Amino acid sequence: MDKNLKIKTAAIIAILLVFCYGFLGIPGGLSPTSLKQALADHIKLGLDLKGGTHLVLVVHVEEAVGSATDRDVQRISDDLQKTAGVSGAQVHKLDPVNHPDTITVSGFPATKASDVRSVLTGNDYANYDVTSQSDGSEKVTMKPTAIRDLEATTLQHTIETVQDRVNALGVAETTVQPYGLGANEILVELPGISDPQKVEDAIKSTSKLAVYAVVSGPYENDQAAMTALNNVVPPDDMLVHGNATPTSPDEVFLLERAPQVEGTDFRDAQPSTDVNGRPNLHFTLTTEAGDRFFKYTSAHSKDSASPGSMAIVLGGKVREVASINSAIRDQGEIEGTFSKDEVDNLSLMLRTGALPASLDPLDTETVGPTLGAASIHQGVIAATVGMLAVMVFMLFYYRGAGINADLALILNLVILLGFMGYAGATLTLPGIAGVILTIGMGVDSNVLIFERIREELRSGKTAAASVQQGFGHAWITIVDTHVTTIVSAAILFIFGTGPVKGFAVTLTFGLLANLFTAVFVSRVIFDAHLAKKERGAELSI
Amino acid sequence: MELFRDANIDWLGRKWYFLSFSLVFSVAGILSMLFWHGIPRGVDFKGGTELTIPFDAPPNEDHIRQALSSAGIHDSVVYHVAAGPGQSGNDEIISLPLSSATDQAHDAGLQAVKDALQANYHDSGFGQPSVAIVGPTAGKQLQRQAFLATIYSLIGMLVYLWFRFELIYGVAAVVAVFHDTLITVGAFSLTNQEITLTVIAAILTLIGYSMNDTIVVFDRIRENLALSRREGLADVVNRSINQTLTRTVISSGLTFLTVVSLLIFGGPVLRGFSFALTVGILIGTYSSIAVAAPMLVAYQDWRKSKGKVANLPAKRVRA
Repeated sequence: MDKNLKIKTAAIIAILLVFCYGFLGIPGGLSPTSLKQALADHIKLGLDLKGGTHLVLVVHVEEAVGSATDRDVQRISDDLQKTAGVSGAQVHKLDPVNHPDTITVSGFPATKASDVRSVLTGNDYANYDVTSQSDGSEKVTMKPTAIRDLEATTLQHTIETVQDRVNALGVAETTVQPYGLGANEILVELPGISDPQKVEDAIKSTSKLAVYAVVSGPYENDQAAMTALNNVVPPDDMLVHGNATPTSPDEVFLLERAPQVEGTDFRDAQPSTDVNGRPNLHFTLTTEAGDRFFKYTSAHSKDSASPGSMAIVLGGKVREVASINSAIRDQGEIEGTFSKDEVDNLSLMLRTGALPASLDPLDTETVGPTLGAASIHQGVIAATVGMLAVMVFMLFYYRGAGINADLALILNLVILLGFMGYAGATLTLPGIAGVILTIGMGVDSNVLIFERIREELRSGKTAAASVQQGFGHAWITIVDTHVTTIVSAAILFIFGTGPVKGFAVTLTFGLLANLFTAVFVSRVIFDAHLAKKERGAELSI
Repeated sequence: MELFRDANIDWLGRKWYFLSFSLVFSVAGILSMLFWHGIPRGVDFKGGTELTIPFDAPPNEDHIRQALSSAGIHDSVVYHVAAGPGQSGNDEIISLPLSSATDQAHDAGLQAVKDALQANYHDSGFGQPSVAIVGPTAGKQLQRQAFLATIYSLIGMLVYLWFRFELIYGVAAVVAVFHDTLITVGAFSLTNQEITLTVIAAILTLIGYSMNDTIVVFDRIRENLALSRREGLADVVNRSINQTLTRTVISSGLTFLTVVSLLIFGGPVLRGFSFALTVGILIGTYSSIAVAAPMLVAYQDWRKSKGKVANLPAKRVRA
């Protein structure tokens, strides 16, 4: 019996130390300042408690218009050829920079004009207005309402994607919200993180990834390119700077304007390594994109009649030019001398969904806690006063056993904070609400046990039997209450976001800690106490 | 020292008082939510205006808050912009929820804040504020998700209680929780206090607390039912509540003490949070005795009146 007790006590002390380490690490010293520092290093605090960084970014929603019309240029071209049987029509954007919303269809025989019109005014192009020009061509312009809708959806989609990416980076409790009226800006709030630059880079670099067909190139520079093209860039193509391989110099390529594969076509992307152990990117495309890509790669693979190469463009610059070794359907690898970080970042970008438009940072500022430092200070004092009052009452009402309860309470907090430290969870005010509930239920558990023990004592049982019966009965109740609440917390964690999740996390940790301290630790202390006394002695409760 | 060693109060006999009390407050709350103050929502839910005000000297946030509230501008969030490149460190951001998103409303908000500071803030002067309009932090999607998450968690708890007790216990507990949430949100509406994200967290806390309290009473009822099969349900319920009365008063009392301490000393910013917790703990304790327990008896009486076998079988449960 005695040895058993010693083992249990040792176990408890070991657990205490383990969890202490979780939130304190190995503190520099035992002074209050170094303890506070250790605490601050290990427990992450949310925006409301500590403040953080405000990042304002502008979303180039107009790019979404350009992308949409690029896709439709392709579609119109296909439709005219297949459905209307019109060949030789030229479909392109005359002025993609200033008028990305306008497509011009020309070069078709006048006899086919009505066929062309019926295709263009069909359901597929309901977002466009069609006007016939005096020179026989048709001008297809996106409706202003459609443009506004597209821009609004783009903004919303961007917000969701940025949120996903920032969360995936492990920076918890962030918010991304629209900012400014009609200015297409977003505000990203990042709670006190140690490396805001890394997050900023990840967000800034969330620019578009796409794969384009290479028409010609590389040219040494812009002039060389223009000379080779007789100073006319074909309307369906564009000149893009970049590097064919990471070691080659900056050159200019002529790429087809409409991409073969866009960010939205990627279903999954994972970093992996090739046969030589170098980092590369394994990707999976959606079925529809896979079909398109297969058509393109089989038509232009190096064994085909017109072998071609593909350019991988990231953030408007050519990152890599690769020849098409074989037809690729929906799974493949992007190889090259990528670094591990680059591959990780790239796969993250593709996995969390493509940004429909690129972002530019406008403003960064560091802000204090939204609750206000003074409030937090007051809150901490109030909570401490409350807790002390509870502990004093327990001592007063339950006498000796009150020490038990107080110890259990402190241990509870230690374990909870330790859990938080190990899990890297962020503490916010909703999280503190979870802590308050845990303390409430912890106190409740102790009271349940003690009241039960008192009842048993009153009915005449010995101290040892009362403790046993008391714990036995109370255990059933404690299990019911705690499991119910843990079920609730688990569901809140799975389905909730943001503050709801923060609450669920602290609640779950706290309840698990509670089950441990209220029953196991408390029991051990009682048993230790009883073992010292003789039979029939009184229990101080 | 014992508080309620031999309590013998007839709780169920008072159920009509309890019912009327609950009805009065629920209806008052509902009416206020529908017709009077509505459900006041904070910047988190509505979005609003964000003013960045450069002060001439390091600003005192408490004074700023007082200056704003004496001019009648409540529910603002005030926080500090740290010194940094391009920032003097004397800037404060004041976030105001606004009732409408029109330009006039934003301008009016800006003017009101400027006037309030001009009149009431004497620590230093300030420069021209820059204005930005912020969307809600908890947009529609987050709200809907949070709401659904809560509903699912209630269903989860009901299922667990069904499994450990009987279906009616689960239903009674969930009804009690709804009752508590309704009255708490009603209290916010009646006192025209804002509901922010932290208040939502406080409401989740009170749901947990109310459940906890209800289950403790149910547990005792179950134990007593298993022990004495001949007593009527009403008597068993009364006895169970009396037996757990000491525990209820102490536990709730202690938690209430902590929360009231937070309410009094916690400062104006935490007020909504502590108010929700305070009301929640009182109502949560009350509902276990006044709503959940009577429901069990009422259900059995109803089944009796239908001529069905009227006993709540209590499973002997091993934990």
